[in-house]
Amino acid sequence: MESTFSFNWQAAIDAIPFLLKGAPYTLMISFGGLLAGFVLGILFGLLSLNRRWYLRWPATAYIEIFRGTPILVQVLFIFYGLPDLLGGPIEPVTAAIAAIALNSGAYISEVVRGGVQSIAKGQREAGLSLGLSRTQTFWTIIWPQALRRMIPPLGNQAIVSIKDTSLFSVIGVGELVRQGQVYIANTFTAFEVYFVVAIMYLIITLSLSLLLRLFERRGINAV
Amino acid sequence: MSNIVEIKQLNKSFGEHHVLKDIDLQVKTGEVVVIIGASGSGKSTLIRCINGLEEYNTGTLVVDGHGLEPHGGSQKALNTIRKEVGMVFQQFNLFPHLSVRRNIMLAPMKVKGMSQAQASDSAERLLERVGIGNQADKYPNQLSGGQQQRVAIARALAMEPRLMLFDEPTSALDPEMVGEVLDVMRELAREGMTMMVVTHEMGFAREVADRVIYIHEGRIVEEGAPDQVFDTPQNERTQAFLSRVLSH
Repeated sequence: MESTFSFNWQAAIDAIPFLLKGAPYTLMISFGGLLAGFVLGILFGLLSLNRRWYLRWPATAYIEIFRGTPILVQVLFIFYGLPDLLGGPIEPVTAAIAAIALNSGAYISEVVRGGVQSIAKGQREAGLSLGLSRTQTFWTIIWPQALRRMIPPLGNQAIVSIKDTSLFSVIGVGELVRQGQVYIANTFTAFEVYFVVAIMYLIITLSLSLLLRLFERRGINAV
Repeated sequence: MSNIVEIKQLNKSFGEHHVLKDIDLQVKTGEVVVIIGASGSGKSTLIRCINGLEEYNTGTLVVDGHGLEPHGGSQKALNTIRKEVGMVFQQFNLFPHLSVRRNIMLAPMKVKGMSQAQASDSAERLLERVGIGNQADKYPNQLSGGQQQRVAIARALAMEPRLMLFDEPTSALDPEMVGEVLDVMRELAREGMTMMVVTHEMGFAREVADRVIYIHEGRIVEEGAPDQVFDTPQNERTQAFLSRVLSH
Protein backbone atom coordinates (compact mmCIF):
# COMPACT_ATOMS: atom_id res chain seq x y z
CA MET A 1 0.00 0.00 0.00
CA GLU A 2 1.45 3.31 -1.02
CA SER A 3 1.27 6.13 1.49
CA THR A 4 -0.11 9.41 0.28
CA PHE A 5 0.10 10.96 3.72
CA SER A 6 1.31 14.52 4.15
CA PHE A 7 1.35 16.48 7.40
CA ASN A 8 -1.63 18.85 7.53
CA TRP A 9 -0.37 21.96 9.31
CA GLN A 10 -3.78 23.60 9.24
CA ALA A 11 -5.34 20.62 11.01
CA ALA A 12 -2.63 20.81 13.69
CA ILE A 13 -3.15 24.54 14.25
CA ASP A 14 -6.95 24.18 14.31
CA ALA A 15 -6.66 21.57 17.07
CA ILE A 16 -4.65 23.78 19.45
CA PRO A 17 -7.49 25.73 21.15
CA PHE A 18 -9.45 22.57 21.88
CA LEU A 19 -6.37 20.69 23.12
CA LEU A 20 -5.33 23.60 25.32
CA LYS A 21 -8.50 23.12 27.36
CA GLY A 22 -6.81 19.97 28.67
CA ALA A 23 -3.69 21.79 29.84
CA PRO A 24 -5.18 23.16 33.09
CA TYR A 25 -6.17 19.62 34.09
CA THR A 26 -2.76 18.22 33.27
CA LEU A 27 -1.08 21.00 35.22
CA MET A 28 -3.47 20.91 38.15
CA ILE A 29 -3.25 17.14 38.57
CA SER A 30 0.54 17.22 38.24
CA PHE A 31 1.02 20.12 40.61
CA GLY A 32 -1.53 19.02 43.21
CA GLY A 33 -0.43 15.39 43.04
CA LEU A 34 3.27 16.20 43.28
CA LEU A 35 2.79 18.62 46.15
CA ALA A 36 0.94 15.98 48.16
CA GLY A 37 3.46 13.39 46.94
CA PHE A 38 6.29 15.52 48.30
CA VAL A 39 4.63 15.67 51.71
CA LEU A 40 4.06 11.90 51.66
CA GLY A 41 7.61 11.37 50.43
CA ILE A 42 9.16 13.35 53.27
CA LEU A 43 6.92 11.64 55.81
CA PHE A 44 7.47 8.07 54.64
CA GLY A 45 11.06 8.65 53.59
CA LEU A 46 11.95 9.79 57.09
CA LEU A 47 9.90 7.03 58.69
CA SER A 48 11.77 4.49 56.58
CA LEU A 49 14.99 5.74 58.23
CA ASN A 50 13.64 5.50 61.76
CA ARG A 51 15.39 3.25 64.25
CA ARG A 52 12.06 1.89 65.48
CA TRP A 53 10.85 -1.03 63.41
CA TYR A 54 7.16 -0.29 64.00
CA LEU A 55 7.58 3.07 62.28
CA ARG A 56 9.96 1.83 59.60
CA TRP A 57 7.97 -1.20 58.61
CA PRO A 58 4.70 0.51 57.53
CA ALA A 59 6.71 3.07 55.56
CA THR A 60 8.57 0.34 53.73
CA ALA A 61 5.29 -1.43 53.00
CA TYR A 62 3.78 1.75 51.53
CA ILE A 63 6.85 2.36 49.36
CA GLU A 64 6.98 -1.21 48.06
CA ILE A 65 3.24 -1.36 47.30
CA PHE A 66 3.03 1.89 45.35
CA ARG A 67 6.33 1.41 43.57
CA GLY A 68 5.58 -2.19 42.75
CA THR A 69 2.16 -1.79 41.13
CA PRO A 70 1.34 0.10 37.91
CA ILE A 71 -0.04 3.61 38.36
CA LEU A 72 -2.76 2.69 35.86
CA VAL A 73 -3.97 -0.08 38.18
CA GLN A 74 -3.74 2.31 41.13
CA VAL A 75 -5.96 4.92 39.53
CA LEU A 76 -8.47 2.31 38.30
CA PHE A 77 -8.58 0.91 41.81
CA ILE A 78 -9.15 4.35 43.33
CA PHE A 79 -11.74 5.43 40.76
CA TYR A 80 -13.71 2.22 40.27
CA GLY A 81 -12.79 0.20 43.35
CA LEU A 82 -12.79 2.62 46.27
CA PRO A 83 -16.36 3.92 45.75
CA ASP A 84 -17.59 0.43 46.72
CA LEU A 85 -15.81 0.88 50.02
CA LEU A 86 -16.69 4.53 50.54
CA GLY A 87 -20.29 4.15 49.42
CA GLY A 88 -20.15 7.05 46.99
CA PRO A 89 -18.45 8.04 43.74
CA ILE A 90 -15.08 9.77 43.54
CA GLU A 91 -14.52 12.65 41.12
CA PRO A 92 -12.16 11.65 38.28
CA VAL A 93 -9.85 14.62 39.04
CA THR A 94 -9.72 13.70 42.72
CA ALA A 95 -8.86 10.11 41.85
CA ALA A 96 -6.18 11.36 39.45
CA ILE A 97 -4.56 13.65 42.02
CA ALA A 98 -4.67 10.90 44.63
CA ALA A 99 -3.00 8.45 42.24
CA ILE A 100 -0.16 10.86 41.42
CA ALA A 101 0.25 11.72 45.10
CA LEU A 102 0.41 8.12 46.29
CA ASN A 103 2.58 6.95 43.41
CA SER A 104 5.08 9.82 43.36
CA GLY A 105 5.08 9.79 47.18
CA ALA A 106 6.51 6.27 47.12
CA TYR A 107 9.31 7.23 44.73
CA ILE A 108 9.99 10.49 46.56
CA SER A 109 10.28 8.53 49.82
CA GLU A 110 13.18 6.70 48.27
CA VAL A 111 14.69 9.98 47.05
CA VAL A 112 14.43 11.37 50.59
CA ARG A 113 15.96 8.25 52.11
CA GLY A 114 18.82 8.24 49.61
CA GLY A 115 19.43 11.97 50.07
CA VAL A 116 19.62 11.71 53.84
CA GLN A 117 21.80 8.60 53.74
CA SER A 118 24.21 10.27 51.32
CA ILE A 119 25.29 12.83 53.94
CA ALA A 120 28.57 11.74 55.51
CA LYS A 121 28.20 10.43 59.06
CA GLY A 122 30.83 12.90 60.26
CA GLN A 123 28.24 15.65 59.83
CA ARG A 124 25.95 13.98 62.33
CA GLU A 125 28.84 13.31 64.71
CA ALA A 126 29.95 16.94 64.52
CA GLY A 127 26.42 18.11 65.37
CA LEU A 128 26.02 15.70 68.27
CA SER A 129 29.48 16.45 69.63
CA LEU A 130 28.56 20.14 69.79
CA GLY A 131 25.68 19.29 72.08
CA LEU A 132 22.86 19.52 69.54
CA SER A 133 20.09 16.98 70.06
CA ARG A 134 19.47 14.32 67.45
CA THR A 135 16.46 16.28 66.19
CA GLN A 136 18.38 19.57 65.98
CA THR A 137 21.26 17.83 64.26
CA PHE A 138 18.92 16.39 61.70
CA TRP A 139 16.95 19.53 60.84
CA THR A 140 19.77 22.07 60.93
CA ILE A 141 22.66 20.03 59.54
CA ILE A 142 21.58 16.88 57.70
CA TRP A 143 18.29 17.93 56.09
CA PRO A 144 19.42 21.18 54.38
CA GLN A 145 22.31 19.35 52.77
CA ALA A 146 20.19 16.36 51.81
CA LEU A 147 17.53 18.61 50.29
CA ARG A 148 20.03 20.13 47.86
CA ARG A 149 21.16 16.71 46.75
CA MET A 150 17.54 15.70 46.28
CA ILE A 151 16.77 18.40 43.70
CA PRO A 152 17.90 16.46 40.58
CA PRO A 153 16.06 13.22 41.43
CA LEU A 154 12.99 15.21 42.54
CA GLY A 155 12.97 16.99 39.17
CA ASN A 156 13.20 13.65 37.49
CA GLN A 157 10.22 12.35 39.45
CA ALA A 158 8.20 15.48 38.65
CA ILE A 159 8.73 14.90 34.94
CA VAL A 160 7.76 11.24 35.21
CA SER A 161 4.58 12.17 37.12
CA ILE A 162 3.60 14.86 34.63
CA LYS A 163 3.76 12.29 31.85
CA ASP A 164 1.87 9.76 33.98
CA THR A 165 -1.14 12.09 34.03
CA SER A 166 -1.68 11.13 30.38
CA LEU A 167 -2.95 7.76 31.64
CA PHE A 168 -5.91 9.40 33.33
CA SER A 169 -7.75 9.69 30.03
CA VAL A 170 -8.98 6.17 30.92
CA ILE A 171 -11.10 7.52 33.76
CA GLY A 172 -12.38 10.38 31.66
CA VAL A 173 -10.36 13.28 33.05
CA GLY A 174 -10.30 15.97 30.35
CA GLU A 175 -6.50 16.33 30.32
CA LEU A 176 -4.36 16.72 27.19
CA VAL A 177 -4.59 13.16 25.88
CA ARG A 178 -8.30 12.88 26.54
CA GLN A 179 -8.91 16.16 24.71
CA GLY A 180 -6.91 14.76 21.79
CA GLN A 181 -8.95 11.57 21.68
CA VAL A 182 -12.21 13.51 21.68
CA TYR A 183 -10.99 15.83 18.94
CA ILE A 184 -9.74 12.99 16.74
CA ALA A 185 -13.11 11.21 17.01
CA ASN A 186 -14.55 14.05 14.96
CA THR A 187 -11.70 14.99 12.63
CA PHE A 188 -9.71 11.74 12.14
CA THR A 189 -6.46 13.73 12.18
CA ALA A 190 -4.62 11.46 14.63
CA PHE A 191 -1.10 12.20 13.39
CA GLU A 192 -1.39 15.97 13.69
CA VAL A 193 -3.30 15.97 16.98
CA TYR A 194 -0.98 13.59 18.86
CA PHE A 195 1.95 15.52 17.46
CA VAL A 196 0.58 18.71 19.02
CA VAL A 197 -0.22 16.87 22.27
CA ALA A 198 3.37 15.62 22.42
CA ILE A 199 4.70 19.15 21.88
CA MET A 200 2.50 20.40 24.72
CA TYR A 201 3.96 17.84 27.13
CA LEU A 202 7.42 18.77 25.95
CA ILE A 203 6.80 22.47 26.65
CA ILE A 204 5.73 21.66 30.21
CA THR A 205 8.60 19.28 30.94
CA LEU A 206 11.27 21.46 29.32
CA SER A 207 10.13 24.50 31.32
CA LEU A 208 10.44 22.44 34.47
CA SER A 209 13.93 21.20 33.50
CA LEU A 210 15.04 24.75 32.90
CA LEU A 211 13.66 25.95 36.22
CA LEU A 212 15.40 23.14 38.08
CA ARG A 213 18.70 23.87 36.41
CA LEU A 214 18.51 27.47 37.62
CA PHE A 215 17.64 26.19 41.07
CA GLU A 216 20.61 23.83 41.18
CA ARG A 217 23.03 26.51 40.15
CA ARG A 218 22.04 28.58 43.16
CA GLY A 219 23.17 25.82 45.47
CA ILE A 220 26.76 26.24 44.35
CA ASN A 221 28.25 25.99 47.82
CA ALA A 222 26.57 22.70 48.48
CA VAL A 223 28.76 19.64 48.51
CA MET B 1 43.27 19.08 91.07
CA SER B 2 40.20 16.99 90.38
CA ASN B 3 39.77 14.43 87.67
CA ILE B 4 37.63 15.53 84.75
CA VAL B 5 37.71 12.07 83.18
CA GLU B 6 37.56 8.86 85.18
CA ILE B 7 37.60 5.61 83.28
CA LYS B 8 37.61 2.28 85.09
CA GLN B 9 37.88 -1.15 83.54
CA LEU B 10 36.30 -0.02 80.29
CA ASN B 11 35.78 -2.64 77.61
CA LYS B 12 34.40 -2.23 74.13
CA SER B 13 33.80 -4.62 71.28
CA PHE B 14 32.66 -4.16 67.72
CA GLY B 15 30.90 -7.51 67.36
CA GLU B 16 33.57 -10.16 67.76
CA HIS B 17 36.38 -7.63 67.69
CA HIS B 18 37.51 -6.61 71.18
CA VAL B 19 38.79 -3.03 70.60
CA LEU B 20 39.32 -1.67 74.11
CA LYS B 21 40.48 -3.89 76.94
CA ASP B 22 40.27 -3.03 80.65
CA ILE B 23 41.07 0.64 80.14
CA ASP B 24 41.84 2.54 83.36
CA LEU B 25 42.47 6.22 82.81
CA GLN B 26 42.14 9.44 84.77
CA VAL B 27 42.61 12.89 83.33
CA LYS B 28 43.08 15.89 85.63
CA THR B 29 41.66 19.31 84.90
CA GLY B 30 44.19 21.30 82.92
CA GLU B 31 46.14 18.25 81.86
CA VAL B 32 47.21 17.55 78.26
CA VAL B 33 47.15 13.83 77.52
CA VAL B 34 48.45 12.59 74.20
CA ILE B 35 47.46 9.12 73.07
CA ILE B 36 49.69 7.34 70.60
CA GLY B 37 49.57 3.93 68.99
CA ALA B 38 49.39 2.13 65.68
CA SER B 39 46.31 2.60 63.52
CA GLY B 40 43.58 0.22 64.60
CA SER B 41 44.93 0.09 68.15
CA GLY B 42 41.71 1.61 69.54
CA LYS B 43 42.98 5.08 70.43
CA SER B 44 40.31 6.94 68.40
CA THR B 45 37.61 4.65 69.73
CA LEU B 46 38.73 5.48 73.27
CA ILE B 47 38.27 9.22 72.93
CA ARG B 48 35.03 8.73 70.97
CA CYS B 49 33.67 6.84 73.99
CA ILE B 50 34.27 9.90 76.18
CA ASN B 51 31.64 12.00 74.40
CA GLY B 52 29.39 9.07 73.64
CA LEU B 53 29.98 8.85 69.89
CA GLU B 54 30.82 5.23 70.62
CA GLU B 55 29.04 3.13 73.19
CA TYR B 56 31.12 0.89 75.42
CA ASN B 57 30.18 -2.48 76.80
CA THR B 58 31.40 -2.74 80.39
CA GLY B 59 33.17 -0.64 82.99
CA THR B 60 32.52 2.91 84.16
CA LEU B 61 33.06 6.26 82.54
CA VAL B 62 32.59 9.54 84.39
CA VAL B 63 33.10 12.86 82.64
CA ASP B 64 33.10 16.00 84.78
CA GLY B 65 31.03 14.27 87.41
CA HIS B 66 28.45 12.90 84.98
CA GLY B 67 28.35 9.16 84.61
CA LEU B 68 27.89 7.79 81.12
CA GLU B 69 26.42 4.32 81.28
CA PRO B 70 27.47 1.44 79.05
CA HIS B 71 25.42 1.08 75.84
CA GLY B 72 24.73 4.79 75.58
CA GLY B 73 22.96 5.32 78.88
CA SER B 74 20.55 8.20 79.36
CA GLN B 75 20.14 10.83 76.70
CA LYS B 76 20.25 13.48 79.42
CA ALA B 77 23.71 12.53 80.67
CA LEU B 78 24.89 12.29 77.09
CA ASN B 79 23.64 15.79 76.27
CA THR B 80 25.19 17.27 79.40
CA ILE B 81 28.54 15.70 78.66
CA ARG B 82 28.53 16.77 75.03
CA LYS B 83 27.91 20.38 76.00
CA GLU B 84 31.04 20.30 78.12
CA VAL B 85 33.28 18.31 75.81
CA GLY B 86 34.44 19.68 72.47
CA MET B 87 35.68 17.48 69.66
CA VAL B 88 37.89 18.06 66.65
CA PHE B 89 37.81 15.42 63.93
CA GLN B 90 40.38 14.18 61.46
CA GLN B 91 38.14 15.17 58.53
CA PHE B 92 37.16 18.56 60.07
CA ASN B 93 33.43 17.84 59.55
CA LEU B 94 32.56 21.48 59.03
CA PHE B 95 29.01 22.10 57.83
CA PRO B 96 29.43 22.83 54.10
CA HIS B 97 26.05 24.57 53.72
CA LEU B 98 26.86 27.19 56.36
CA SER B 99 29.37 30.03 56.30
CA VAL B 100 32.33 29.83 58.65
CA ARG B 101 30.60 32.30 60.97
CA ARG B 102 27.37 30.25 60.97
CA ASN B 103 29.32 27.05 61.62
CA ILE B 104 30.58 28.59 64.83
CA MET B 105 27.32 30.32 65.81
CA LEU B 106 25.09 27.27 65.40
CA ALA B 107 25.66 25.40 68.66
CA PRO B 108 25.82 28.43 71.01
CA MET B 109 22.51 29.65 69.57
CA LYS B 110 20.72 26.28 69.42
CA VAL B 111 22.08 24.72 72.58
CA LYS B 112 22.81 27.67 74.86
CA GLY B 113 20.16 30.02 73.49
CA MET B 114 22.72 32.73 72.82
CA SER B 115 21.45 35.70 70.81
CA GLN B 116 22.50 36.03 67.19
CA ALA B 117 24.48 39.21 67.80
CA GLN B 118 26.29 37.74 70.75
CA ALA B 119 27.07 34.50 68.89
CA SER B 120 28.36 36.43 65.91
CA ASP B 121 30.67 38.54 68.09
CA SER B 122 31.94 35.49 69.82
CA ALA B 123 32.52 33.76 66.45
CA GLU B 124 34.65 36.67 65.29
CA ARG B 125 36.70 36.65 68.47
CA LEU B 126 37.29 32.91 68.17
CA LEU B 127 38.34 33.19 64.53
CA GLU B 128 40.75 35.92 65.55
CA ARG B 129 42.11 33.63 68.21
CA VAL B 130 42.81 30.81 65.72
CA GLY B 131 44.37 33.29 63.32
CA ILE B 132 41.75 33.57 60.55
CA GLY B 133 39.69 36.55 61.59
CA ASN B 134 39.17 37.69 58.01
CA GLN B 135 37.49 34.48 56.77
CA ALA B 136 34.21 34.63 58.68
CA ASP B 137 31.93 34.97 55.68
CA LYS B 138 33.54 32.38 53.46
CA TYR B 139 32.23 28.87 53.08
CA PRO B 140 34.29 25.90 54.30
CA ASN B 141 35.12 24.68 50.80
CA GLN B 142 36.76 28.04 50.05
CA LEU B 143 39.36 27.48 52.78
CA SER B 144 42.53 25.38 52.87
CA GLY B 145 42.60 22.24 55.00
CA GLY B 146 44.60 23.95 57.72
CA GLN B 147 42.16 26.84 57.84
CA GLN B 148 39.20 24.46 57.93
CA GLN B 149 40.66 22.60 60.87
CA ARG B 150 41.24 25.87 62.71
CA VAL B 151 37.58 26.79 62.10
CA ALA B 152 36.64 23.38 63.52
CA ILE B 153 38.66 24.15 66.64
CA ALA B 154 36.98 27.56 66.94
CA ARG B 155 33.58 25.90 66.49
CA ALA B 156 34.27 23.51 69.36
CA LEU B 157 35.61 26.33 71.56
CA ALA B 158 32.44 28.34 71.01
CA MET B 159 30.67 26.03 73.44
CA GLU B 160 33.29 26.89 76.09
CA PRO B 161 34.11 23.24 76.71
CA ARG B 162 35.84 22.00 79.85
CA LEU B 163 37.61 19.31 77.86
CA MET B 164 38.73 19.15 74.22
CA LEU B 165 39.12 15.88 72.33
CA PHE B 166 41.30 15.84 69.23
CA ASP B 167 41.00 12.81 66.97
CA GLU B 168 44.06 12.85 64.69
CA PRO B 169 43.53 16.54 63.91
CA THR B 170 46.44 16.82 61.47
CA SER B 171 46.29 13.43 59.74
CA ALA B 172 44.21 14.65 56.79
CA LEU B 173 46.30 17.78 56.22
CA ASP B 174 48.96 18.51 53.65
CA PRO B 175 52.33 18.61 55.42
CA GLU B 176 52.75 22.38 55.09
CA MET B 177 49.50 22.96 56.99
CA VAL B 178 50.19 20.75 59.97
CA GLY B 179 52.17 23.46 61.74
CA GLU B 180 49.45 26.08 61.80
CA VAL B 181 46.99 23.67 63.42
CA LEU B 182 49.52 22.43 65.98
CA ASP B 183 50.31 26.08 66.83
CA VAL B 184 46.68 26.69 67.73
CA MET B 185 46.60 23.54 69.85
CA ARG B 186 49.86 24.49 71.56
CA GLU B 187 48.35 27.88 72.41
CA LEU B 188 45.24 26.23 73.81
CA ALA B 189 47.35 23.99 76.01
CA ARG B 190 49.29 27.00 77.26
CA GLU B 191 46.02 28.69 78.23
CA GLY B 192 45.24 25.74 80.45
CA MET B 193 42.67 23.83 78.36
CA THR B 194 42.26 20.19 79.33
CA MET B 195 43.03 18.21 76.20
CA MET B 196 43.09 14.62 75.03
CA VAL B 197 44.88 14.31 71.73
CA VAL B 198 45.17 11.28 69.48
CA THR B 199 48.01 12.00 67.10
CA HIS B 200 50.98 10.72 65.18
CA GLU B 201 52.86 13.99 65.71
CA MET B 202 55.53 12.80 68.11
CA GLY B 203 57.26 16.18 68.25
CA PHE B 204 54.05 17.80 69.39
CA ALA B 205 53.48 15.05 71.94
CA ARG B 206 56.93 15.47 73.42
CA GLU B 207 56.63 19.24 73.61
CA VAL B 208 53.05 19.79 74.75
CA ALA B 209 51.91 16.65 76.57
CA ASP B 210 51.89 16.38 80.33
CA ARG B 211 51.41 12.68 79.88
CA VAL B 212 51.75 10.28 76.96
CA ILE B 213 49.75 7.08 76.71
CA TYR B 214 50.67 4.26 74.37
CA ILE B 215 47.88 1.92 73.35
CA HIS B 216 48.61 -1.44 71.80
CA GLU B 217 45.81 -3.68 70.56
CA GLY B 218 43.22 -1.99 72.76
CA ARG B 219 45.28 -1.98 75.95
CA ILE B 220 47.21 0.81 77.63
CA VAL B 221 50.68 -0.70 77.82
CA GLU B 222 52.70 2.36 78.72
CA GLU B 223 52.01 5.75 80.22
CA GLY B 224 54.07 8.52 81.70
CA ALA B 225 55.75 11.85 81.14
CA PRO B 226 56.81 12.41 77.51
CA ASP B 227 60.54 12.18 78.23
CA GLN B 228 60.05 8.95 80.06
CA VAL B 229 57.88 7.33 77.37
CA PHE B 230 59.96 8.52 74.44
CA ASP B 231 63.46 8.16 75.92
CA THR B 232 63.17 5.21 78.26
CA PRO B 233 60.09 3.20 77.28
CA GLN B 234 59.61 0.24 79.61
CA ASN B 235 57.47 -1.96 77.42
CA GLU B 236 59.09 -3.65 74.44
CA ARG B 237 56.01 -2.97 72.30
CA THR B 238 56.37 0.74 72.98
CA GLN B 239 60.03 0.50 72.02
CA ALA B 240 59.17 -1.26 68.77
CA PHE B 241 56.44 1.26 67.92
CA LEU B 242 58.62 4.27 68.67
CA SER B 243 61.53 2.95 66.67
CA ARG B 244 59.18 2.50 63.72
CA VAL B 245 57.65 5.97 63.86
CA LEU B 246 60.72 7.93 64.93
CA SER B 247 63.15 6.38 62.47
CA HIS B 248 61.76 8.06 59.37
